Amino acid sequence: MEYIIIIIGTVLVSNIVLANFLGICPFLGVSGKLATATGMSGAVLFVMTVASIVTWLIQQYVLNPFGLGFLQTISFILVIASLVQVVEIILKKVSPPLYQALGVFLPLITTNCAILGVALLIIQKDFNLLQGTVYAIGNSLGFALALILFAGLREHLELMDVPKGMRGMPIALVVAGILSLAFMGFANLVKI
Amino acid sequence: MKQWQNFSKGFFKENAVFVMLLGMCPTLAVTNSAINGLGMGLATTFVLMMSNIVISLIKNLIPNKVRIPTFIVVIAAFVTVVDLVMAGYAPALHEQLGIFIPLIVVNCVVLGRAEAFASKNNVVSSFFDGLGMGLGFAMALTMLGAIREMLGNYSIFGWKFINHDGILVFILSPGAFIALGFLIAFVNKVTKKV
Repeated sequence: MEYIIIIIGTVLVSNIVLANFLGICPFLGVSGKLATATGMSGAVLFVMTVASIVTWLIQQYVLNPFGLGFLQTISFILVIASLVQVVEIILKKVSPPLYQALGVFLPLITTNCAILGVALLIIQKDFNLLQGTVYAIGNSLGFALALILFAGLREHLELMDVPKGMRGMPIALVVAGILSLAFMGFANLVKI
Repeated sequence: MKQWQNFSKGFFKENAVFVMLLGMCPTLAVTNSAINGLGMGLATTFVLMMSNIVISLIKNLIPNKVRIPTFIVVIAAFVTVVDLVMAGYAPALHEQLGIFIPLIVVNCVVLGRAEAFASKNNVVSSFFDGLGMGLGFAMALTMLGAIREMLGNYSIFGWKFINHDGILVFILSPGAFIALGFLIAFVNKVTKKV
């Protein structure tokens, strides 16, 4: 039950993109087409889950016992950057079709603040390993939901007659705002 | 003259937020009041300036293949400095900005300037570039924060000018997107005359 609440809470109630403002760069950057949005979501799901598990283990078994809390930012970002490289190499070898689908998005993920953000939030919220993993999966599903919805909206927006000054990013931001307003309807559904 | 150009381009011509649309996460997340926007902007300015200086000093020592990880480590070191200093001297602001202080590491503006400018130019130019870009970023964040605070709370820098509840939505997350959308449209109108 606890895990279902975490999933609902992260996907709908406090959506990572629309309520917590993490991962805005890919949200605005790769949401032009539905296909790229789906690819990016897959890559984020994969990397976020693995990165959260690894950073949790590092915090528990390296940083905490040796009192190295102040190295948290540096060690986490290094771990995430090298993890992305490792995932890329392994994926290339083990599953070429998956690499074909996700390959181009992987290098972009290092600077996706959602990955580092979720890793830090899991530590802040004192989750255990299983809770943390579920939290990461929920957040990446929330990211996927927001990204795919927004990509669908933007594909329609291309055809609209928008005032000249609002074309491009301004109208996309206003649409994102309305989407975020819609997600506020889920507020207080569950508490995490 | 050249240094003035390096410094001033960050404000309008190549403003990180309005023109290049970089660093959107902190831009949207922490600008629910003018003072938070200013605090975040100045923290980013410090990191940008220091990392630009250090990277332009060591640019000839870094092998080309590992330059991005090296940049990230340099940036992360200065972010840690900001994080600890802020926790010590401005705990209230540190609490407000929360997770977005460590997330300066992955702010594309900082890495972008390291890669595009500091790794190719000398120390003095990189210093002015970092300072200008950072202050341009801080200006954008303060403007957005001031607009949201004025509409959402009828106050500016904490000083309330109408004694009434504001339009709450501008303080909440949807207001960030909408206010930024209109602000970018306005800046486009002024600078590019569309």
